[in-house]
Amino acid sequence: MIAYIARRLLSMLPVVAIVAMFVFLLLHLAPGDPAAIIAGDNATPQNIAQIRTALGLDEPLWKQFLVWAGSLVRGDLGKSMFWNEPVATLIGQRAEPTVSLALTTLSVAVVLAITMGVTAAAKAGTALDRFVMGFAVFGFSVPVFVVGYLLIFVFAIALKWLPVQGYTPIAEGVAPWLRNLVLPSIALGLAYVALIARITRATMLDVLAEDYIRTGRAKGVASRPLLLKHALKNAAVPIVTVIGIGVALLIGGVVITETVFNIPGVGRLVVDAIARRDYPIIQGVIIVFSGIYVLVNLLVDLSYTLLDPRIRY
Amino acid sequence: MAAVAEAPRAEPGRLGQFRTFARRNPTIVVGASLLSLMTLIAVAAGLIAGDAQFMNPSDRLRAPSAAHWFGTDNLGRDVYARTVFGARVSLAVGLAVATLSIAFGLVIGLVAGYYRRLDAVVMRFMDGLMAIPAILLAIALVSLNKASVGIVIVAISIPEIPRVVRLVRSVVLTTREQPFIEAAIGGGSRHRKIILRHILPSTIAPLIVQATYVMASAILTEAGLSFLGAGVPPEIPTWGNMIAASRLFLANAPWTIFFPGTCLALVVLAVNLMGDGLRDRLDPRLARRM
Repeated sequence: MIAYIARRLLSMLPVVAIVAMFVFLLLHLAPGDPAAIIAGDNATPQNIAQIRTALGLDEPLWKQFLVWAGSLVRGDLGKSMFWNEPVATLIGQRAEPTVSLALTTLSVAVVLAITMGVTAAAKAGTALDRFVMGFAVFGFSVPVFVVGYLLIFVFAIALKWLPVQGYTPIAEGVAPWLRNLVLPSIALGLAYVALIARITRATMLDVLAEDYIRTGRAKGVASRPLLLKHALKNAAVPIVTVIGIGVALLIGGVVITETVFNIPGVGRLVVDAIARRDYPIIQGVIIVFSGIYVLVNLLVDLSYTLLDPRIRY
Repeated sequence: MAAVAEAPRAEPGRLGQFRTFARRNPTIVVGASLLSLMTLIAVAAGLIAGDAQFMNPSDRLRAPSAAHWFGTDNLGRDVYARTVFGARVSLAVGLAVATLSIAFGLVIGLVAGYYRRLDAVVMRFMDGLMAIPAILLAIALVSLNKASVGIVIVAISIPEIPRVVRLVRSVVLTTREQPFIEAAIGGGSRHRKIILRHILPSTIAPLIVQATYVMASAILTEAGLSFLGAGVPPEIPTWGNMIAASRLFLANAPWTIFFPGTCLALVVLAVNLMGDGLRDRLDPRLARRM
């Protein structure tokens, strides 16, 4: 097992290296002078020369990459051109809202989606099943920001039940922290719930057709333990796989959700960097988010042995 | 005489065939009709809507009325006209991204699946590309270039390619083990011929389904990018741009957000429904499951 984990950690390296190389090349293979692009439309030649030196753009490409990759390995994501502070520090300062949003969304969405998927599979072909599947297609189709504004309009502006926008740190109390996260989590989680509910229903339908389920039913196992202990446990591997792949959906959605709900997180950091052409921030956040995605999917792989004892490494 | 007698008989036959098809594949028909309607609106935008750019400052943030069906925005522009013209960008970007990413993904996937030596390198590269969140990759690409519809299309296509490559490769890997491929190799067919004549046809059905999903996700990503200010230039009316420009007026003028938002959701829903229906029809094995 330990050897397997070590092997998998090593196999992450080329993927992360390719991400880093790609992100690096993006800046350097873009048409035109990257220094001029970053400087913006009103830049003087001095500005551009300054940026070029600051970013080391005068050096040969391979040398620039080695220098950049070297600092990356040491956890240095470069310096923001606008804030004049290390990108890693800026991301760290804004991590709490983003992590809060992602974790509340993830936990609520997974519980809700699995409940929906299991129920739909257990009652396959009924109106309830069709409703769940209809909801899933709907969830895939409505953009995060449209749902977000709809929720704000109904629950914050019209009914005044919840705050319109903003974020309260958890240090100021769990209740205000949660109140601010309810609407963003629903908006962000909708597509994720749809994705997981669909795969849960599909896998459950496959498992429910197995002989051992019929045997369980024949010997009189009650339907709830039959569904949860016998069927859901055996359907776990594909469901967990999709939960891992779907994290990409959450990461992309976080950027938009934080803009809609005015949450001062890592997503907002990137969006603010777009207009300022603060490229080191965009680069840094891409690398951090990609790293999280790769890590989550590694954990998903490792969880297979826990979920299914037949899988041995 | 015989031709005249035949024509009326052929018509109800075709109509009957269509009825049967619609009964068996309601999602394809609903999705396709909705999408055709939206396409028609996009194509005929100039005929059915007025000037999308005309500003009338004295008519700002007016509620929907007979003169302005969807109301007006903060600059006094007609939301209906802008919504109708916005359909053009969404559909064009969706179609272009689907075409581009399927074309590149197909070629790369065929090569990776068939030539095993290239496979490991190509797939590691694709894994790396897949690890980058699509919207962030697009943000990076767009922010480095002058904003334009073309750049947005390229920026959205690149993250879609690895998913197509994986699909094509998996089809190639199963197809190449089939006895008829062995027979073709034994018969002395060249690699090119084997790929194009014997393997390519198996990829078409799953690719059609994939194309609809790519299109749906591309339309959503384009709207998201425009909403974030990293997409199509703000002077072009797109649904994402409209919502971004109106978001401060949500409380006073919700119509400026919800009309383009509803159209956006409807188009994506139409494409998704078509995709689900096509998948059920083209891949009966999956149909039972999803």
